[in-house]
Amino acid sequence: MTETKNIMIVGVGGQGTLLTSRILGGIILTAGYDVKLSEVHGMAQRGGSVVTFVRYGEKVAEPIVEEGQADVLIAFERLEALRYAHFLKPGGALVINDQRIDPITVVTGAAQYPENIIEDLSKTYKVYSIDAAAEALKLGNSRVFNNIVLGVAAQHMDFSKEDWLDVIAKTVPPKTIEINQKAFLVGYEM
Amino acid sequence: MAEKKVMLGNEAIARGAYEAGVKVSSAYPGTPSTEISENLVKYPEVYCEWAPNEKVAMEVAVGASISGVRAMASMKHVGFNVAADPMYTASYIGANGGLVAVVADDPGMYSSQNEQDTRQICRAAQVPVLEPSDSQEAKDFMKLAFDLSEQFDTPMVLRTTTRLAHSQGVVALEDRVVPEDKVYERNIAKNVMMPGNAIKRHIFVEQRLKDMAEAANTLVVAKEGFSKDVPLNRVEMNDTKIGFITSGIPYTYVKEACPNASVLKLGMVHPLPKKLIEEFASKVDTLYIFEELEPVIEEQVRAWGIDCIGKEAFTVQGEYSANMIRKVVLKENLSINTPAEVPARPPLLCPGCPHRSVYTVLNKLKIHAAGDIGCYTLGAVAPLSVVDTTICMGASISSLHGMEMAKGKEYIKNWVAVIGDSTFMHTGVNSLMNMVYNQGTGTVIILDNSTTGMTGHQDHAATGKTLQGKVVPAINIYHLCKSMGIEHVTEVNAFDIKELEKVIKEEVARDAVSVIITKSPCALLKEVHFPNKCVPVPEKCKKCGMCLKPGCPALTKNEDGTISIDATMCNGCGLCKNLCPFDAIEEVAK
Repeated sequence: MTETKNIMIVGVGGQGTLLTSRILGGIILTAGYDVKLSEVHGMAQRGGSVVTFVRYGEKVAEPIVEEGQADVLIAFERLEALRYAHFLKPGGALVINDQRIDPITVVTGAAQYPENIIEDLSKTYKVYSIDAAAEALKLGNSRVFNNIVLGVAAQHMDFSKEDWLDVIAKTVPPKTIEINQKAFLVGYEM
Repeated sequence: MAEKKVMLGNEAIARGAYEAGVKVSSAYPGTPSTEISENLVKYPEVYCEWAPNEKVAMEVAVGASISGVRAMASMKHVGFNVAADPMYTASYIGANGGLVAVVADDPGMYSSQNEQDTRQICRAAQVPVLEPSDSQEAKDFMKLAFDLSEQFDTPMVLRTTTRLAHSQGVVALEDRVVPEDKVYERNIAKNVMMPGNAIKRHIFVEQRLKDMAEAANTLVVAKEGFSKDVPLNRVEMNDTKIGFITSGIPYTYVKEACPNASVLKLGMVHPLPKKLIEEFASKVDTLYIFEELEPVIEEQVRAWGIDCIGKEAFTVQGEYSANMIRKVVLKENLSINTPAEVPARPPLLCPGCPHRSVYTVLNKLKIHAAGDIGCYTLGAVAPLSVVDTTICMGASISSLHGMEMAKGKEYIKNWVAVIGDSTFMHTGVNSLMNMVYNQGTGTVIILDNSTTGMTGHQDHAATGKTLQGKVVPAINIYHLCKSMGIEHVTEVNAFDIKELEKVIKEEVARDAVSVIITKSPCALLKEVHFPNKCVPVPEKCKKCGMCLKPGCPALTKNEDGTISIDATMCNGCGLCKNLCPFDAIEEVAK
């Protein structure tokens, strides 16, 4: 691999995007690449729009993914997918968890939540959407939706299934390894 | 081969301090510097503490340095203003054991009230500044900072930015090496800064900066894994059509956008290596100064008569990027899709936050709040719209006092000051003293959620636990206020909205200073468990919208005007239930 690979994870503060970036960081290190991750802490975490950048390759310089540069954009919420879609490079994969969380601007009536986000984004981008909450419920644990989404995104990266399952086992709490691996496979084999 | 680990910039700074043999660290939490102390405390060999504010933290470090050990303080950029008083004079005293302040700037203001540039304060205080570009350098430069501090008899600043502090990169670990403690000898000419001594030390400080500027042309960083030492200020000579002088995170953007350009990468951004800069400038056709925030390097370079392009091409605001260079320097036409116009998603108070309850009452009573620094600043925006002002730590109480002294006591009958427990201990306590001393009549609400919330739950003097996890006697805020002679100090449960309303009405009407301590722990603290959760009873709902007024993110309005409560977000605080006049929300066991 000569080109640096750019991944973005976006969502709403509190959705648990940090776990996803930890698993991602883990598999990249296992593969022996140079890696840089960048995330936002502090005030913006409180229910605000959050972004994590992950870059890996032979030698990584900057820690952020810039507009027009992302190979994979993982969005844990529809509106956040729309907000950051322009960060994708031509041909990049847009993985969307089909969930709606109203920002306070919508709740107070100051703004409207856009309709048909996934349909509209599909006109410009390669969109892979999934209702991960519903799929997670089928597995009996609504909290593992993150790993279902990650499973879908993993189809667009070059790590083996075995390596993913291995890293998940090393990252999540021991009691939840099996359910998290199952969740990952739901997305990976979709 | 040394063990390698992916580390957050702040974690690498802590590791560097540990490896350098630091013995004492003091800090006040502040994004993006907080994780330095949170990681350093994992090394039991290092004494680490939370101080009530950055001035205290800096003075603790200065004292430890004078006694002969390596010591540090860490803080965010605005905290450095608070620590400026000791730092300006510590610059004259210098260092016995190595003395380093880590100061984190916040370009783009992810979590700050201003965008000041620490390098400018360091120039004013005549303190040298190192600036790393990634986690590995953060560790290396931290070690070098202690060495330089002792070698040149000076405090050092390690300057970071949010992007460095909160990015992770690969770091090679080394062992801790503790230098022998320096001998302490009484030396009033150096350590007692009265005019006669300080006049002489000022001459020393001026010479020290000249010496360091000269040394900056050749200083090196000892780096594990390299066959020879690496220059601190490094020239990477490539294509000479374009040259960049840069440092810190912006250096990584230069390498990304222009891997073939010539670069002078500064590891020390104050004082500057004049010879190195002149030589580099003479070899390139067009010289760009690529630095975030203020033109600190650029103005000095221009003052030496060197032609360059800086702030006329690059903004003083926000973070930089590689795309910025592609557009401005390379004149590339980037094919980026137009960003969609989408509703903003600003941060907000969490479900179950006790501040929301207090603000709901203040909103109902149409009371203005002089605000302070913490999560509760979020009470400025709709729908709570209570906080009118936010300036800096501790300013709520003192600015309310200023309003009263300007306009009279009647003017502030519909005003209160709101301040968190940690912020009160930081500098609010001084402001309250002033209000008492100068016969104000303001009402102060201390939003006591038993933690430093915004920065991610750090303890302080009134929580009863140290950074190292030791249980200690907590300073009692009630008695602290009482001891100032304030007669009316009332403690109220933040979620008891009826009692809260009664107390607030009484206290704002009173012609005397009063303090209301609203007590309820932060909803995110592990030990906070409400037994029930709230669920709507649609058949009783009259669609009045009372429950939606506090703006709890767990509640949404249905198309028919009734409401839904997200069961995964609701933590069962009961605020919406207590506000509903029709019993259309009930609590059920979780």
